[in-house]
Parts: sequence; C-alpha cells; structure tokens
Amino acid sequence: MNDQKALLQYTLRLADDGLILGHRLGEWCGHGPILEQDIALTNTSLDHLGRARSLYQYAAAVFNALPVADKAAFFTSVAIQKEVAEETAIDEDDLAYLRDGWDYRNVLLVEQPNQDWAYTVARSFFYDSFNSLFFKELSKSTDQTLASIAEKSLKEVTYHLRWSSEWCVRLGDGTDESHARMQQAINELWAYTGELFTMNDADAAVAAQGIGMDLAALRPQWKELVTSVFEEATMAMPTDAWMHKGGKDGRHTEYLGYILAELQFVQRAYPGMEW
Amino acid sequence: MTVHSFQEHFDKKIGSDVSIEPRDWMPDDYRKTLIRQISQHAHSEIIGMLPEGNWISRAPSLRRKAVLLAKVQDEAGHGLYLYSAAETLGITRDELYDQLHSGKAKYSSIFNYPTLTWADMGAIGWLVDGAAIMNQVPLCRCSYGPYARAMVRVCKEESFHQRQGYEIMLTLSNGAPMQKKMAQDALDRWWWPSLMMFGPPDAESGNTEQSMRWRIKRLTNDELRQKFIDVTVEQANILGLTIPDKNLKWNEERGHYDSGVINWDEFWNVVKGNGPCNKQRLDARKNAWADGQWVRDAAMAHAEKRKARKEKAAKAA
Ligand SMILES: [Fe+2]
Ligand SMILES: [Fe+2]
Ligand SMILES: [Fe+2]
Repeated sequence: MNDQKALLQYTLRLADDGLILGHRLGEWCGHGPILEQDIALTNTSLDHLGRARSLYQYAAAVFNALPVADKAAFFTSVAIQKEVAEETAIDEDDLAYLRDGWDYRNVLLVEQPNQDWAYTVARSFFYDSFNSLFFKELSKSTDQTLASIAEKSLKEVTYHLRWSSEWCVRLGDGTDESHARMQQAINELWAYTGELFTMNDADAAVAAQGIGMDLAALRPQWKELVTSVFEEATMAMPTDAWMHKGGKDGRHTEYLGYILAELQFVQRAYPGMEW
Repeated sequence: MTVHSFQEHFDKKIGSDVSIEPRDWMPDDYRKTLIRQISQHAHSEIIGMLPEGNWISRAPSLRRKAVLLAKVQDEAGHGLYLYSAAETLGITRDELYDQLHSGKAKYSSIFNYPTLTWADMGAIGWLVDGAAIMNQVPLCRCSYGPYARAMVRVCKEESFHQRQGYEIMLTLSNGAPMQKKMAQDALDRWWWPSLMMFGPPDAESGNTEQSMRWRIKRLTNDELRQKFIDVTVEQANILGLTIPDKNLKWNEERGHYDSGVINWDEFWNVVKGNGPCNKQRLDARKNAWADGQWVRDAAMAHAEKRKARKEKAAKAA
C-alpha cells in the first residue's frame, strides 16, 4: 500500500469510528433514563460527530489528490466512481453517505447496538479508555492535520472517559441488578476490544512514517486503566478469550448494514442533491 | 399581615410589574395556574424532542445531522430549565413526570403529528419553533420571576432553531423539483397545526382573562396568532411556497392578513388523544422512564454507599 493510500485508509477509519459511535449515541436522544444524562450523551455524540467531520474533510482532501486510477479503484461505490469519472472533487458527505459497508473501516466495537444503559456505558468506556491513550500518541504525529485533530480531541476524550468511568462505577457498585447488567455488558463486549490494538496494513504503513503508532504497545497501559476502574466498580475483569476483528478491513457485523441503511436513506433516495 | 394584606401586597406588585419570587406569598390559584402552564411547557419541550429525534439518524448531511442533534439537545435543556422553574412552586420533577405519564398533564398537541420527510425538520423549525417564539417572547416579561428568566434563556436558543429550520426550507425550495415538492408538502401538513399552537380563540379561551390580569400572559391567543400569520406569510413568499389557505388575503384596513377558519374539531380531537401519534409519543416517554428505573435506582444506591463510606471514614479518623 502506498503512503497516501495508507494515510487515507487510516484517516477514514478514525472518521468512521467517530461517525458510527456518534450515530449510536444519538439514538438515545429523547429516550435516556435521566434528562441530564440525555443531554450529556448528546454532547458526547456531537463530539464524536464533530471529530468525524474534521477527519472526513481531511480524508476527502487526501483522496482528491490521488492519481485518477487510484481514485477510481479505491471505493466500490457507483456514486463516488461517477464523481471521479466526472472529475468532481468529493467531500465529507460523499464519504459518509455514498460508501457501502465494505468500504467502512470502523472497529466492530462502535457499531454494536445500544441495548441498554449498561451496554452503552461499557462500549463507551472501552472506546474512551483506548482513545485517551491513542489520541495522546496521535497528537505527536508527523502529520500536522492528524496531530491537531488529536490535540483538540484529547480534551473531549478526557471528559468522555470521566463520564463513562463514573457510570461504570455507579452501575457496578450500585444495586444487584445494575451490577449484574454491567458485568454482562462488559463480558459480552470484551470480545470486541482486541481489534482496537490490532495492526492492519494501513496501521503498519503509517506507523513506519511516524504518522501512526504501534497500537499493540498501548494495550498494557489500557488494561491497567480498565482494571483500576473495574476494581472500583467491584466488577470482575473478563478473561481473555477469542477476539473478533475485521472492521478495520471492511468486514463488519450485521449491525453496520442497518446503520447505513438509515444513515444514507435520503441521499440514496434522492441522489446528487444539496441538503 | 393578614391574608387580606398579603393579597394587597401581591396585587400591588403585579400592578407595578415587580416580579413575584418563589418565597413571596401568592394566591393558590396563581400558583396552580403557573404550575399547570410551566409544566405543560416543560412537557412540550421533552415530547417535542421525539418528532425531530426521529430524523437524527437519517439527516441527509453531516452538518444537518450535527445541527439537528444540537437542536434537539437544546429542547432537552429547555425542559430542564422549565422543570426547575416549576419546582420553585413546590412540586417535584417526579410528580410532574407522573402527571405526564398518566395523561393528566397536557403538552402541545402539535407534537402528535408525524414527521414523514426530511422537509418536516425544516417546517418544524420554521413554523413550530417560530410559533413558540411568538408565544414565548412575551413570557420573558411574565410576572413570575423564575419562569420569566427561564424564558429569556429559552428564547435565545429558539431563534437559532427557527433559523436552521427556515434555512432547510430555503435549501429545499431552491433545490430540485422534488425537494421543492417535499417542502410544500411539509408546509401543507404543518401550517394549520402551527396556528392551533396559539390555543383556542379568545372568545372560547377560559384561562386567558385571569392570566392576563396576573400578567402571566401579555397578549391573547388571537393577537399572537395574527402576529405569527403576518410574519410567516412574508417568509413563505420568499420561499416561493404556497400557504394552504385559500382565504389568506391582505386586509388594508386592518393592516393584517385575513385568514380562513381553523378546524377546531381537529384540534380538540388531537387534544383528546386521537392525533396520529399521541399514543406513540406518550409510550416513548413512558418506556424511557420505565426502562431507566434500574439506572436511577443504581445511581441512588451508589450515592448512598459513597456517603456511608465517607461517614464511616470520618468517624474512624
Ligand atoms: Fe424549546
Ligand atoms: Fe418551547
Ligand atoms: Fe426549539
């Protein structure tokens, strides 16, 4: 994979993570258990969405600068291929609304359904704790755009992590019911945490250029962080077993298709219009 | 002071536009009227999140998605300010929720209509938030201090809501023919229910007179409705859309638009619970509340555990 294509793939994945998690958290809007928490979750959703937009804009710029042959072959999307053939530049919305699931690169964790408050908290906690380490590293990236997006995200991520850690503790060390629900959510979502630390081709390529990093090296610190919160939450650390992966390479769970069906509906039904 | 002099003191304050504060003496009916009105308003904000919340997952661009999400979040914030204002009158938020869930308390009936296309996000912002602003600006001078102050904060955000709605309508009206059709269809469906938002005509509105005397209300339903029609007609013209009222005509003599008769049977039917979405809206809130019970219980239990541990540690020290 050449450098620019790797950078594009990498940037897209980070954008897709943000969009899909933001989308999932947005599903709570109007349906939360406590009005104040409804507002807090929407804030977080907006942060993920905002970060996704900055990243998509950057990804679109990287894409538009690729040689035509690379552009034409990059996505299996009729609509984007048409834009390439017509020599129009693509934008953030083209990337979000015109790619099918196999061109989405988000990790499987973020597309898992909300289920209940415990699953939502657990999913966020695993992701936020990873992000708190990831964006700190990424802020040192040799890629100035990614470094500055990371820098800005760090502040938000610190708040996200505080929110999800506190809820882990509240539910874990709350009632018997909340403890049981939280433990179950953690046990089930654990299998999706491994992918956060796997390195695919794009990861390896950007790491070699100092743009990305060795993700596996973040895991010990991440595990420490998780362990300390779970201890306070009186929850048992799940045992390491089979870890699911594939999202980074475009092989998703069944959930993503439904998310995209909803997300992209208007653009698909009324193609090529301004909204 | 005797009850009589309390009343005199209260009347004097009202008469000279001095705001009534939570610790001031106030007549029971004044308190009751305010609780009813503020809580209805709070419930409307919360129920009002649902028809627009519908489209967060389907918004057609990332910018629209973010703006809509922020808008619906604002409505949650409005609900929060208003519940807090109601609480200053001696009722708890949980009691107010109970009244909503049991059907005892009402909310604005406009939210019982379905949002069927993306254009409805435009029409709601433009018309429904627009009508809300008309209703709420005078409330910033309402005699009850906490309500008036809550309305000041709310109104600031409502004008952003109306602008984003109008901007959606503008984009659609200037877009492809099917987008313009979508915008017209939304206007057709939301126009009359928006006019109903100002409440029954003055002649039939039981509470208006007393509320005006208490300076809870500053303008009558019909006066507000007329103001709304006058500004909205102009805005529709700019969009190149047609307001679905054959009798809409400028009246030079009155200096206002004349308009057709509102179907009040439809209004009362929706208020009674027979609107297209009454059941879905209320069920959504009831389910959110019921499904969240274990979460609230956990938060409470955890807070108590923490407190107990802290006290124990303090004793040991
Ligand atoms: Fe509002
Ligand atoms: Fe309102
Ligand atoms: Fe609003």
